[in-house]
Amino acid sequence: MADVPMAPLQTADGRPLKAALARAQVRAKRRAFLLVLPLLAFVVLTFVIPILTMLERSFDNDGFSANAPATVAWFATHPEGAEIDETAYAALVSDLAAMQKAKTAGAAGTRINYTYPGTISIFKAAARDADKLVPPYKEALVAMDPKWGDPLLWVTMRHAASRLTTDFYMVAMDAKRTPDDGLTRVAPEQRIYVYLFLKTFALSAVITVLALLLSFPIAHLLAILPMRKSNLLMILVLLPFWTSLLVRTSSWIAILQEQGIINDLLAWAHIIPQDDRLPMIYNQTGTIIVMTHILLPFMVLPLYSVMRVIPPSYARAARSLGATSWTTFRRIYLPQTLPGIAAGSLLVFILAVGYYITPALVGGADGQLISNLISFHMNKANWSMAAALAAILLVLVLILYWLYDRLIGIDRLKLG
Amino acid sequence: MALPVYASPLERVWYYAFRVICALVFLFLIAPILIVIPLSFNVEPYFSFTHKMLALDPSGYSLRWYDTLLTFGVNAPDNAPRDGTWWKQVWEQAAWVKAAKNSVWIGFWATILATVLGTTAALGLSRPEMPYRRLITAILLSPMIVPIIIIATGLFFAYSSACLPQGNILATALSPFLSAKGCLANTHLGIIMAHATLGIPFVIITVTATLSGFDQSLIRASASLGANPRTTFFKIIMPLILPGVISGGLFAFVTSFDEVVAVLFIAGPDQQTIPRQMWNGIREAISPAILAIATILVIISICLLSTIELLRRRSERLRGVSPQ
Repeated sequence: MADVPMAPLQTADGRPLKAALARAQVRAKRRAFLLVLPLLAFVVLTFVIPILTMLERSFDNDGFSANAPATVAWFATHPEGAEIDETAYAALVSDLAAMQKAKTAGAAGTRINYTYPGTISIFKAAARDADKLVPPYKEALVAMDPKWGDPLLWVTMRHAASRLTTDFYMVAMDAKRTPDDGLTRVAPEQRIYVYLFLKTFALSAVITVLALLLSFPIAHLLAILPMRKSNLLMILVLLPFWTSLLVRTSSWIAILQEQGIINDLLAWAHIIPQDDRLPMIYNQTGTIIVMTHILLPFMVLPLYSVMRVIPPSYARAARSLGATSWTTFRRIYLPQTLPGIAAGSLLVFILAVGYYITPALVGGADGQLISNLISFHMNKANWSMAAALAAILLVLVLILYWLYDRLIGIDRLKLG
Repeated sequence: MALPVYASPLERVWYYAFRVICALVFLFLIAPILIVIPLSFNVEPYFSFTHKMLALDPSGYSLRWYDTLLTFGVNAPDNAPRDGTWWKQVWEQAAWVKAAKNSVWIGFWATILATVLGTTAALGLSRPEMPYRRLITAILLSPMIVPIIIIATGLFFAYSSACLPQGNILATALSPFLSAKGCLANTHLGIIMAHATLGIPFVIITVTATLSGFDQSLIRASASLGANPRTTFFKIIMPLILPGVISGGLFAFVTSFDEVVAVLFIAGPDQQTIPRQMWNGIREAISPAILAIATILVIISICLLSTIELLRRRSERLRGVSPQ
């Protein structure tokens, strides 16, 4: 066959078809993107930037560095491991005197206090008397409080001398510095943060399992009932979903408290004595019960949407081949519901890990989760500490979110 | 599903046991919501049924907690005549009325913002040509997944640190919406923006779901019949996706109406909403007035749920998706 020179295909106005198509594609892409752009910009402004600001705060604290310029300068000229000599103490005393004038001794002390507890008061006391101190300053300061001679305090101050720091993550990991600038874990009874993270995960797991156990039968029932009936019953699932969280929480208080409905009922039936009622709220039990109730719809809905499309013929086939109903459930039905179980469990777990309102209202002392600790630090104006804890929680949630997106696809989330 | 004739006795027992279990779970779901309604009429300041209530004695019931909702925070004697001036005072001073006004105002604007931006974005996201669809969807839906305490913390830092300097042209133009220092903290606008962000994922999900059954050839048909993109949007696309848009908007409104953590962190005394007021009530002096407001909210959510259900059916009918 002879080679026929083929002219490239052209559009009516004489442009090559390929280029014209590519241009049209680019234009269509740009149009689609322009539709999304306003929202994207809005979400960046009200969501992404605030979260980045928060992350920045978790690394940034100038409580000490801004208020102790002379000491910071001394650290800059003397490398790590240098002997803390009289010049260092002189710099510190001049800073303390300046702090007293600017009333910033509390701020500087607070910054050091995060990683070396008990320093707010010694900073304030030393600043108060800084004017009256006479050389040698080292002896004078140590005479006021022996902590001033502690090498660990100086290591701590060296780390606080730059405003950018990872100290807050160190504290959030229950670690502390050693006098030779190493890291070690804090005493077991002070390990609150890691413990609270673990507890949050454990409680979320318990809530997820409870929600799964409660949802499975009703999702199954909704899936096998005729549409008309299941739509009616579905309202019982959706109404809690649509009811205010605070309404649900306050009605649980009415039900579970010591003078509440369940306790009244049990006392009336003489199951428990009148004056020794069950503590079911303002503790961990309360958090678990109420959160299970609140998150239940998030489990039922994904389970239901998966169960709805499982053909009943498989189960019938298994039965006709001689399987018992238990075997049919275990080998045939359950494996087909796994996508729903995964979607629901992951969603409930993600939501539970970051829950704040319910534990704060009904959790009492031992039913608090990590979110409540973040809020606690925010209320105490420990911005950097709160930000560091929030950042760790954010990373954990984002990992779970990524997992959810990989396994289930976030765009397949359905509401009702 | 009826019990098959070949069922063994054990299966018969299980068949009924299963239904009992389901009934109990449904009870667990719904009882806490319905229980607040009778309790809110309690004449005593208790959170439980009194003997009189159980005996259905009318003197055990009263509307006093609903009355508290009107009088709490009003600077008037208890026995003041309930005339026009009294109602005017209630409208201006009552804490719960103020909270309700704030909630509706903030919820309304947050819903408008979320619905307009969310619907436009959903239209773009459901186009096959959309670049980076997965990543962008994940970002836009993340306010639903990221714990609210983190969002609130971030907003607190962002709103209090980023302020427009005095005298700036932009600051002067925006001054009615910003606080005295030119910040978004303690302003209605700040809360509205935060709540819109929280509501956006719901709008995107519902509108995208409506668009998934959307027949793209309708757009081409409309264009071939001479409609410009504008006409196509308002005459063809909009009526078809409207049920999704409205239910997304309702979701956004409920999200805002029920939101308390962001309000706790970034609102000032002028932006107290109903949930914020309830939060105070539950934390400090818990009284059945909380249950009275709860009853009102339950009735509102029943109305909203019915609306959503009607919209869903209409949308399915319009798109030709018949319920099996």
